[in-house]
Amino acid sequence: MISKILERLKTHIDPFLMGCISFSCIVGLFVLYSASGGSFERVFSQFLNISAALMIMWLAANTSPHYLERIALPLFVIGLLLLVGVALFGEISHGARRWLNLGIGRIQPSELMKIAVPMMLAWYFAKREQSLRWIDYAVAALLLVIPVGLIMKQPDLGTALIIAAAGFYVLFLAGLSWKILIGGAVSAAVMAPIFWSLMHDYQRKRIEILFDPYQDPLGAGYHTIQASIALGSGGIAGKGWMEGTQSQLDFLPERTTDFIFAVFGEEFGFLGNLLLLVLFMLLIGRGLVISSQAQNTFTRLLSGSITLTFFTYVFVNMGMVSGVLPVVGVPLPFVSYGGTSLVTILLGFGILMSIHTHKTLMSTS
Amino acid sequence: MRLRFEVKNHSLEQYQYSLRLSVATGFILLCFVVLLGRFFYLQLWKYDYFQTLAENNRVSLVPIVPNRGLILDRNGVTLAHNFFVYTLEITPAKAGDVEETINKISQFIEVSAEDRKRFKKLRQESHSFESVPIRTHLNEVEAAKFAANRYQFPGVEIRSRLFRHYPLGNLGVHMIGYIGRINEADVKALEKSGDVSNYKGSDHIGKGGIEQYYERELHGTTGFQQVEIDADGQAVRVLSSTPPIPGDNLVLSIDSKMQEIAEKAFENHRGAMVAINPKNGEILSYVSMPTFDPNLFVDGIDADTWKTLNGSLDKPLINRPIRGIYPPGSTFKPFVAMAGLQNGKRLPPFSIGDQGFYTLAGSAHQYRDWKPGGHGQVDMQRAITVSCDTFFYGLALEMGIDNLTSFVSHFGFGKKTGIDLVGEIGGLLPTPEWKWRRWKQRWFPGETVIVGIGQGYTLVTPLQLAQATAVLANNGVAMQPHLVSSIQKHNGAETHLMPITKLDEVPLDQRNIEIVRAGMVDVTKPGGTAASVGAGASYNIAAKTGTAQVVGIKQGAKYNAGSIDERHRDHALFIAYAPAEDPKIAVAVIVENGGHGGSAAGPIARKVMDYYLLGKEPSLANDAGKKAEPPIPEDAPHD
Repeated sequence: MISKILERLKTHIDPFLMGCISFSCIVGLFVLYSASGGSFERVFSQFLNISAALMIMWLAANTSPHYLERIALPLFVIGLLLLVGVALFGEISHGARRWLNLGIGRIQPSELMKIAVPMMLAWYFAKREQSLRWIDYAVAALLLVIPVGLIMKQPDLGTALIIAAAGFYVLFLAGLSWKILIGGAVSAAVMAPIFWSLMHDYQRKRIEILFDPYQDPLGAGYHTIQASIALGSGGIAGKGWMEGTQSQLDFLPERTTDFIFAVFGEEFGFLGNLLLLVLFMLLIGRGLVISSQAQNTFTRLLSGSITLTFFTYVFVNMGMVSGVLPVVGVPLPFVSYGGTSLVTILLGFGILMSIHTHKTLMSTS
Repeated sequence: MRLRFEVKNHSLEQYQYSLRLSVATGFILLCFVVLLGRFFYLQLWKYDYFQTLAENNRVSLVPIVPNRGLILDRNGVTLAHNFFVYTLEITPAKAGDVEETINKISQFIEVSAEDRKRFKKLRQESHSFESVPIRTHLNEVEAAKFAANRYQFPGVEIRSRLFRHYPLGNLGVHMIGYIGRINEADVKALEKSGDVSNYKGSDHIGKGGIEQYYERELHGTTGFQQVEIDADGQAVRVLSSTPPIPGDNLVLSIDSKMQEIAEKAFENHRGAMVAINPKNGEILSYVSMPTFDPNLFVDGIDADTWKTLNGSLDKPLINRPIRGIYPPGSTFKPFVAMAGLQNGKRLPPFSIGDQGFYTLAGSAHQYRDWKPGGHGQVDMQRAITVSCDTFFYGLALEMGIDNLTSFVSHFGFGKKTGIDLVGEIGGLLPTPEWKWRRWKQRWFPGETVIVGIGQGYTLVTPLQLAQATAVLANNGVAMQPHLVSSIQKHNGAETHLMPITKLDEVPLDQRNIEIVRAGMVDVTKPGGTAASVGAGASYNIAAKTGTAQVVGIKQGAKYNAGSIDERHRDHALFIAYAPAEDPKIAVAVIVENGGHGGSAAGPIARKVMDYYLLGKEPSLANDAGKKAEPPIPEDAPHD
């Protein structure tokens, strides 16, 4: 009886992904305990976040990709309407308008779009696959630019970047011509000055500081400098768990959320970073394998985009903490404190598992 | 044909997709190589550089702890203040072998076994890079001695820290409270109230009394300094600075001299005393006996002392005036009397012929008077003076429990007074509804009878009893009792008086006020139950004695103080206000296991009133004389 229930529970769970995810979450909890100055309460609250997110992952893994394909369009439309709602009636907190109060609770529609956008684009390309023309890429690009633009206006650069990447990956994997890609890169270089003028002051500052953090060592450059010192002083093996001076002495800002990687790097050093990178690479590698084995266009594009988006989280976060990318509010998967991004990321992995485990069922039916 | 085309198309698509995926994989690997390269650069190549930065050149936001506000008595006598002391502190991460370091230090400066124990405990609670005090209160000679040999001790430094000190020691400790090290529960409370950032750098927080209730006012606002710090953790250069705002000074309505007289008057008895100015609610003295030294807690109390204090049968840590609950006994009678008169019962010339007991219709149970054989003919005024139980048994029953409790609740019984202290208990004024809720039992008439003499379920705190006496003295107007009379902001530059507020008012008939007052004044005159208390007083004292049973006595048995264990003896209670005609002070005294109210508790009240009204300090000779004074016959053993 119990073994039957267990069997039912793990039918759609990919053991390899599940193992890597569990290990990452445990590492994350230990780092969080240290970063929060030994707050068991914080760790417990994150444990609850993880539990909830794992349940959502399980639900997603048990949902057939057919069903996902069916809801792609309505989900996107709802997400878009909510984003417009945020722009019109959203609540402002910390200087950004990101939240929408629906009476039953506050939601952050931009988070929903992290999944809805790639689903929509994958659905679109699957629908048009028999007669794909350049105009379809233009339509897809438009479908991508509207939500990204709305989110950039909030402003929430981190989320906009993630969604833009997720959508771009679908376009890229769907075969966007190399000419356009290269042409786009060139024109982006040309357009850069225009973007520069459109950016918020604080966003511009972040990029300036990237090139010269010592320009403003106690203001905008403070994050970057302190994070670099934390990582660098960690050395090869780190200062030991709970013993990072930069982290424990309050030098590191936002050290339980976006900058938690600095705590990790300080306390576990280069070897720890290497281990974490390997762990993330295993997850990404597995995602790419699943994508290459997917059986139709929708599942292929969606799984590819989800995997590459996960990579984007990792790269952007580690890149900004170590000072190779500007400071953008992107959390480190499984380690940063917070439930929202965790749910989105594990929902993505749930979809990956669903695509992988429903494959055989489809071919036999 | 069609099928072939589809298959071909499919594989082409597959091939194209795989190509794209491979490009993506290459990109990912490239990015990870960049990251690894960056990690290599930061953590291996430039390790020494960043290590130095982290250790030697920390730019740090250093909190500047504000000076905690002073606590002063009404005459400006300091009850709590701060001073700087030199402490010798070790940073374990920098000191190498810590044991060895301590041994070496002890060659220059005395380090006691307690110092080592405390150091060990504090070290366990902190990170290895935080400095932990090994010695506090270094004198100038010791500081100089260490400074001369400083080079021998890496990771050891002399710091100057602000310490809280209570110059009067035990005096009024339950009222003043003390500060102690911030613990986890405190941190949680601070997180909840959003004050955490203001406590960066603070080690201590108010743990009881005024120190706890007025924590916000006393603490002040933490300032910040951005400094460059060298390898020894010393500030090298200040980059910017926001000065702290010192805490407010609090001025209490207490007179420390009077407080001392009151506490001394308790000798070695346990108990409580509260004196209130009935006109404005100012607390004039606030005594809880026995006391303890708050200075023990500031530095972190050691386990042995804590065990002794916490385990003592005398319960010195209990804040008796607000947390001790006692049956009011006969001190409840004046309030029952007022309730009766206001309800039109027992108005003069009504009187009863007391035979020494009271029975309910249809019952054989005798509710006995404390005086065997009774008091003879008594009216309301005389019933108060001689504390006639029989008179009040009948009155309570006739009024009914609901009438009685709803009236006396205006005097503050059964609810918190709202004094500016944490942890006050509301006492208990029983009603049939309460009994049903609490015990799921019906209320019996016999229970109403004994409420008439302050027995049964009725429970009061000493503060409540003092407040009720003050309301009685103030003709039914209840003022909010409070300890802090003014707050001095900005180091005394600005003074805010605390508002004096009216809590409640029960309209009382002037004639009834006169009757109860006359009965209470006679208590301290020859023939009253506390005649000795009033002996030789140049002003009239309105008072009432009381006794609260600790152990029940069987029907027909006799209470004999001598034959009972000291801790099972009755509690002695005494309430008073004076001068009776224009009350300036209202007092309630409880002496635990003191026996009779008039002889055990009354003299304490008298000393306090003599000082407050006449400025008279009890002389030693007088004290000795008091002890030798023979008991006055009217002061019967029970009531």
